[in-house]
Amino acid sequence: MSMREGQFRNPSGCAVTGVIDRSGRSMSGQCMIDAITVMHDRSNGLGGGFAGYGIYPHYKDHYAFHLFYDSKEAQADTEKFIGRHFEVVYSSEIPTSKIPSVTGEPIIFRYFLAPMPIRLSHSHLDEREYVARCVNRINAEIAGAYVFSSGKNMGIFKGVGFPEDIGRFYRLDEYEGYAWTCHGRYPTNTPGWWGGAHPFGLLDYSVVHNGEISSYDANRRWIEMFGYKCTLQTDTEVITYIIDYLVRKRGLTLAEVAHVIAASFWSTIADKDEEAREQQTLLRRMFPSLLVTGPFSIILGYEGGLMALGDRLKLRSMVCAEKGDKAYISSEESAIRRIEPELDRVWSPAGGEPAVFELYGRGSGK
Amino acid sequence: MKRIYVNEKWCLGCHLCEYECAFAATGLSDMAKALKGKKIYPKITVEDGGSVHFAVNCRHCTDAICVKSCISGALSKGEDGVVRIDKNKCVGCLTCVLVCPFGAVMPAPDGHAAMKCQLCTDNACGTPNCVAHCPNNAIVYEERP
Amino acid sequence: MNIYIQPDYEVVRNSDQCIACRVCERQCANGVHSFDPDTGKMKADSTRCVNCHRCVCLCPTHALKIVKSDDTYKINANWDNQTVNEVYRQANTGGVLLSSMGNPKPFPVFWDKMLVNASQVTNPPIDPLREPMETRLWLGKRTAKVERDEKGRLKNTLAPQLKLDVPILFSAMSYGSISYNAHESLARAAEELGTYYNTGEGGLHRDFYRYGKNTIVQVASGRFGVHKDYLEAAAAVEIKMGQGAKPGIGGHLPGAKISADVSETRMIPQGVDAISPAPHHDIYSIEDLRQLVYSLKEATEYKKPVIVKIAAVHNAAAIASGIARSGADIIAIDGYRGGTGAAPTRIRDNVGIPIELALAQVDERLRQEGIRDEVSILVGGSVRSSADVVKAIALGADACYIGTAALLALGCHLCRSCHTGKCNWGIATQEPELVKRLNPDVGYKRLVNLVTAWNHEIQEMMGGMGINSIEALRGNRLMLRGIGLTDTELRLLGIRYAGESL
Repeated sequence: MSMREGQFRNPSGCAVTGVIDRSGRSMSGQCMIDAITVMHDRSNGLGGGFAGYGIYPHYKDHYAFHLFYDSKEAQADTEKFIGRHFEVVYSSEIPTSKIPSVTGEPIIFRYFLAPMPIRLSHSHLDEREYVARCVNRINAEIAGAYVFSSGKNMGIFKGVGFPEDIGRFYRLDEYEGYAWTCHGRYPTNTPGWWGGAHPFGLLDYSVVHNGEISSYDANRRWIEMFGYKCTLQTDTEVITYIIDYLVRKRGLTLAEVAHVIAASFWSTIADKDEEAREQQTLLRRMFPSLLVTGPFSIILGYEGGLMALGDRLKLRSMVCAEKGDKAYISSEESAIRRIEPELDRVWSPAGGEPAVFELYGRGSGK
Repeated sequence: MKRIYVNEKWCLGCHLCEYECAFAATGLSDMAKALKGKKIYPKITVEDGGSVHFAVNCRHCTDAICVKSCISGALSKGEDGVVRIDKNKCVGCLTCVLVCPFGAVMPAPDGHAAMKCQLCTDNACGTPNCVAHCPNNAIVYEERP
Repeated sequence: MNIYIQPDYEVVRNSDQCIACRVCERQCANGVHSFDPDTGKMKADSTRCVNCHRCVCLCPTHALKIVKSDDTYKINANWDNQTVNEVYRQANTGGVLLSSMGNPKPFPVFWDKMLVNASQVTNPPIDPLREPMETRLWLGKRTAKVERDEKGRLKNTLAPQLKLDVPILFSAMSYGSISYNAHESLARAAEELGTYYNTGEGGLHRDFYRYGKNTIVQVASGRFGVHKDYLEAAAAVEIKMGQGAKPGIGGHLPGAKISADVSETRMIPQGVDAISPAPHHDIYSIEDLRQLVYSLKEATEYKKPVIVKIAAVHNAAAIASGIARSGADIIAIDGYRGGTGAAPTRIRDNVGIPIELALAQVDERLRQEGIRDEVSILVGGSVRSSADVVKAIALGADACYIGTAALLALGCHLCRSCHTGKCNWGIATQEPELVKRLNPDVGYKRLVNLVTAWNHEIQEMMGGMGINSIEALRGNRLMLRGIGLTDTELRLLGIRYAGESL
């Protein structure tokens, strides 16, 4: 009997890529499918996924929950829970196409939700915290149900298969968004559970990650003190929670987050100017348990932007590029060239140095 | 020049230096074979007085009185600062033994010549054996102003 | 009538090797060795021997060895020789048996039943010779508020912390229990290593105030040597509630070790046993501890972290939770194998619990309650090697206190006779003739060597795990696997069995 994702740690190698049009113009998900196809060999058919931002303009003020169900019972239980905690504005099965190589798909539904005002006010929680806790409860308490996307005007689409097949399965050419990320997975175990594919999301944060972090249990045991439950036991999950905690709960900027999770070495910090030295030392002293070691390159998607970040030793490849308003991030330059052969600028960010690309006028930071 | 100095504060009076000195002079590799059942004639000696212990050996004085007083020219101060004795020239008058204010020159066991510390430059050790084996770093071999 | 008790160990001299140099005789404060002018040979009286190996180490021809006596009573698995001898000894004297150093009984050593992970293929090991490998850490509260100045920069709202360049500190050993030269060695080594030594409850000798920034001063139940300057001199203040070697009782310094200098430093009479009370008489409950914590913080103007040290006992996790809420910045937990300069044998050998289990439970409890960052955790009580340090940190410790290992570096041979005050190695003694045997120039260098060597090994093991900062090892229990452990032990340690995958 094979175990499901979350019952064991599943180290993976991976391909990641992302694109954003900073002017806010929309592009279909097809570009991501094209890009990831080039990096086919970085995946092994055991997981692929996408996150699109700006894809639900008609429901942009509602939380878009994407769910996997193993059974109708799980769906019924979950919909009861959702009904108690949210007003359901619209719900439907997520449209898919039959792809021969994509098999064993669960029941896949989406819901556009607004928190039930009375329950929200009784909870004494801020709205996003309320939603996050509801997501955690469904995932932890309802067997056979899994919320894999929960942000506003964004959505995660993932499954077991090669990423290009997963993209076609979800008919991503029919979605238009200003930013996309994509992930192809090369796990060293056999998962077979769709929830275990990436991106991993919480609220509007989505993370795609390539690597295997060595700090996992130190990070996990620390972040679980603050109401997070790392049910999937994946690096991506814990990194997402760390970012959520630092940005949403503690109010750090993304640059500061980078100095926590991919902190510069003390010897590097010592050579910086006084202000940088003090600020970075302070961050390391405040959040030492959130330092992430071992190889990783991640693309964080959030409302209005993408951030690329590699580990402090740069043990995983990560290339950034720009062409006009568009910015690209990828494990390999070839994937970027596939969708935009003529680039204005191509570079590899240094380890621990975040590359942030945001919609114009958003203002860097959160 | 590098000289042997003794820190009285750390000298334990264990007398190991005396045996290591005598052993060095034998040129043998087995101390038991070298010294067992034999009276030793070390060129460093530990003076004990109650709780005070102090190992004494040749200071290699800048203006060495033993050299000046040697009637046969056996004692000399080399360019390296080491005061040496040439046993072939020594006539055994022991004037040097009498004049040394530290008692650091002594009659050799055969009684026909004097002997003194030559910083183990005259044996296989090369560097002072007493220093190498002092268990408390009380005897040091160093340059001092 | 006293029953004669055969010594446990015998001095054996190889007469072919002995050159009768009498070094052994001069170096034995217990008078074991003597020279017989009639035979021209050395003799030994094994009944006086404590097996400290001073003579063995200094014998220039290696003619000496100490062997376990094969003299035995009728073999009895229940009444072994030692048990019987202890009964004789108590019947002879009517006294409480005294011992020194850590519990020598054959209890399980959990460090030795845990194995460390290494990277293969899926992520790379890191080579500490070629890449940075950080062992620096900060001890103290990490629960700072995120506040910004007018320019949006983060304000430093952290409580005072201790900066360590290595995850190892020298544990509390008082001046009195150990010598001036031992203290000087520890202080100088701490300074050079970028870490801390701990005064224990014996006060701080005036000469050592200059090492203040590397000094943790202790406030124990006897309040020996505690005064304003003492607190101000230190980098941190440790409240000693208990000690692993003797949970439930106070310190005991035999009068023989209270010299004039020790008396002045401790502010107690010379030559009289110094027995500190079992409890702090102003702390009968957790809320009283809070008052002492804040009294010390007031006295030091909130500039120094306050450590609360407890012995590892059955309820350590709950006690630690209370301490974490008491305002303390650091909790030190001392396991039942921890050393001591003097303790009743029965207490040393039978009271308390292993540090590994106490640590695992304390760390887990503090995390369950969400207060792990309220305090840092220091552990001691038989941390014997760099591997123990790595395992302790992976279980959840911030850093380790080493006491016995530090004394071994200074020459201690674990003869467990500290309470006699006649330490032949110049460590656990106040007799000037013996104290001078420990030259701090030598001692401090040996301590620096030891910790430097351990730190290299820690870096190698971290690198193997693909971890390049000690912070990412802390509480990283997936890096450990158990071997030869029961399900209960695995559960308490919070680790999986060797062979169980990620």
